[in-house]
Amino acid sequence: MTEVVRLDNVHKWFGDNHVLKGVDLSVRKGEIVAIIGQSGSGKSTVLRCMDHLETINEGRITVCGLTFGKNIARKDLKRLRRDVGIVFQSYNLFPHLTVEQNITLAPRSVRKLTKPKAKDIAADVLAQVGLNDKIAFYPEQLSGGQQQRVAIARSLAMDPKLMLFDEVTSALDPQLTGEVLRVIEKLAAGGMTMVLVTHEMGFAMKLAHRVIFMHEGRIHEQGDAGILRNPDTPELKQFVSNGL
Amino acid sequence: MNQEQILYLIEGAWGTLLLSVLTFAFSAMLGLAIALMRVSDNRIVRAGAFGYINIIQGTPLLVIMGICFYGPSILGFSATSALFAAVLALTIHAAAFLGEIWRGCIESVPRNQWEAAECLGLNRLQRMFQVILPQALRIATPPTVGFMVQIVKNTSFASLVIGFAELSYNAKILNNSTFKPFLYFGAAAVLYFIICYPLSWLSLKLERKLTLARS
Amino acid sequence: MTYQFDFGAVLQYWPMLLQGAETTLLMSFWSTLAGFVMGVACAIARSSGGPLLRRAVGAYVEVIRNTPLIIQSYFLIFGLSSVGFTMSILTGAILALVINITAYTCEIVRAGIESVPRSQREAAECLGLSPLQVYWHVILVPALERVYPALTSQFVLLMLVTSLLSAVGTEDLFGISGNIQALTFRNFEVFIVLWVVYLAMSVLVRGAFALAGKVMFVRRRRLGTLL
Repeated sequence: MTEVVRLDNVHKWFGDNHVLKGVDLSVRKGEIVAIIGQSGSGKSTVLRCMDHLETINEGRITVCGLTFGKNIARKDLKRLRRDVGIVFQSYNLFPHLTVEQNITLAPRSVRKLTKPKAKDIAADVLAQVGLNDKIAFYPEQLSGGQQQRVAIARSLAMDPKLMLFDEVTSALDPQLTGEVLRVIEKLAAGGMTMVLVTHEMGFAMKLAHRVIFMHEGRIHEQGDAGILRNPDTPELKQFVSNGL
Repeated sequence: MNQEQILYLIEGAWGTLLLSVLTFAFSAMLGLAIALMRVSDNRIVRAGAFGYINIIQGTPLLVIMGICFYGPSILGFSATSALFAAVLALTIHAAAFLGEIWRGCIESVPRNQWEAAECLGLNRLQRMFQVILPQALRIATPPTVGFMVQIVKNTSFASLVIGFAELSYNAKILNNSTFKPFLYFGAAAVLYFIICYPLSWLSLKLERKLTLARS
Repeated sequence: MTYQFDFGAVLQYWPMLLQGAETTLLMSFWSTLAGFVMGVACAIARSSGGPLLRRAVGAYVEVIRNTPLIIQSYFLIFGLSSVGFTMSILTGAILALVINITAYTCEIVRAGIESVPRSQREAAECLGLSPLQVYWHVILVPALERVYPALTSQFVLLMLVTSLLSAVGTEDLFGISGNIQALTFRNFEVFIVLWVVYLAMSVLVRGAFALAGKVMFVRRRRLGTLL
């Protein structure tokens, strides 16, 4: 089974703050991994390092066959960004572009597809997230949940091999999280390799093949979804009970 | 450049400062009136101020200067002094811009301040002067100080139609006889810079302080 | 009132006035165009360039913004001719205007560029766009949409301030009006006529910018909201 993500002894400092203290991580193809933990535990940082949004100080990361440490070759970074899709907590849609233009921008600029071809892809991914009728709308006309689904579609349009989700429902009203989670479930059913940083523990239990609990910059406990029902370590016990 | 010439430039700078201070004083009063008119409940008053601002902002300062210089004598006043005409024109011009700046500042005071003041039983005048304007003043200080730079620069227009002896006029006079443009205009530029830059710097500093305080 | 108004004496010179207005609009057009291009270039230099470039552009901006246009014009035009560099009055005037307006445009556009949140840049980079593509599609274009009203006001003011360049001898509307004053001695009427014509021109120019804005910025046209 091919390995899509591998972190080897990854350390990261933000100034004096030792945020990642020797993280070893592996994600196989088709696997769905949920990373949970308190704020400051380093979970978002780990995710962002996978797409080289944060540079690590020590260790090596291998994603989709590309290996890098603190620095990364420019053409490797280009390939990395094409193979990895990331969705952010605050959606980060481009406000001056329509939904369609948001989605077709990268396929046209990066993959050099023609406008009609890119529009076809846009229609296709929007159908996947259930928003075909909003194709000509601007982000400000959409609800938070809809915007997040468009953000997911935008990443999908680049045909990624790995999808990263950084607390994608944390900024949403509770009623709107459902529609986003359903889209992610659909993706999972299609066999996409995914790493999700999330607070939604019920969702993690339902969907994830593996759950990783991070605490103070280290992987404190990991296993299948069952660890959330029966935590081994006291810290995870505390975390789970706080969440309920 | 000999001492006499340096003194002549400094005299010009003095004229510039005189115009600037007088203009600021009068346009502040007129500008405040315009701003208050712009936020008035009365539709006619609002429209009048709106008209004033847009007409003046759509007119070149030199044209206003011409009207202020030749106008009064036509309307029956005795020959106008250059200082009077220049200050009048500069004031009319600056008040349109200050009025607009200050209107924006008044309107950016949060709505709930108005409501709170009303609930305390203050009448409209009291609300404006005791609650809203003091707060608007804080917001208005950085752009107002910034606009003072504009007023100083605008005084250089006063020599062209009206013939008031300020810095740029004196520099031109010196250049007319000795043709050393880089020297005289350079020196004039330096003098303007000495007057204006501290104001620009102060305006930026105040704005940073204000943004920090609000966040 | 002992004064008899005689606008007729002034208005009979309407061909001269038309000529002057044409020159004014010509000066405004070229200085706006060049000023905009240079201003955007300076804004990009100032927000994304190396430290030396940023300081240099910053110094230029501060000098221009803290000295009056008339001094800049005298310095440039009389200065250049004193070292033997001759050019037509009109060219010199437009050059002075461009150097002036570039500094102000730079600051306006720079504010727009810096108002784009970092997260936008991140999202675009993660989609695989090159730094140049990111800059254009995600930073520059929305920045320009956002500062378009401020740019419009500024370029309208530029059109009005071309009148100042009559001091170096341009035959724009204001410059020509001096001739009419000499011919008619009706200075007050001339200024009133100037007032009306400049006002009409500023309304026209503002309208033109508004129309262009509606054509360029589809989102604004459809939604009516600010970015």
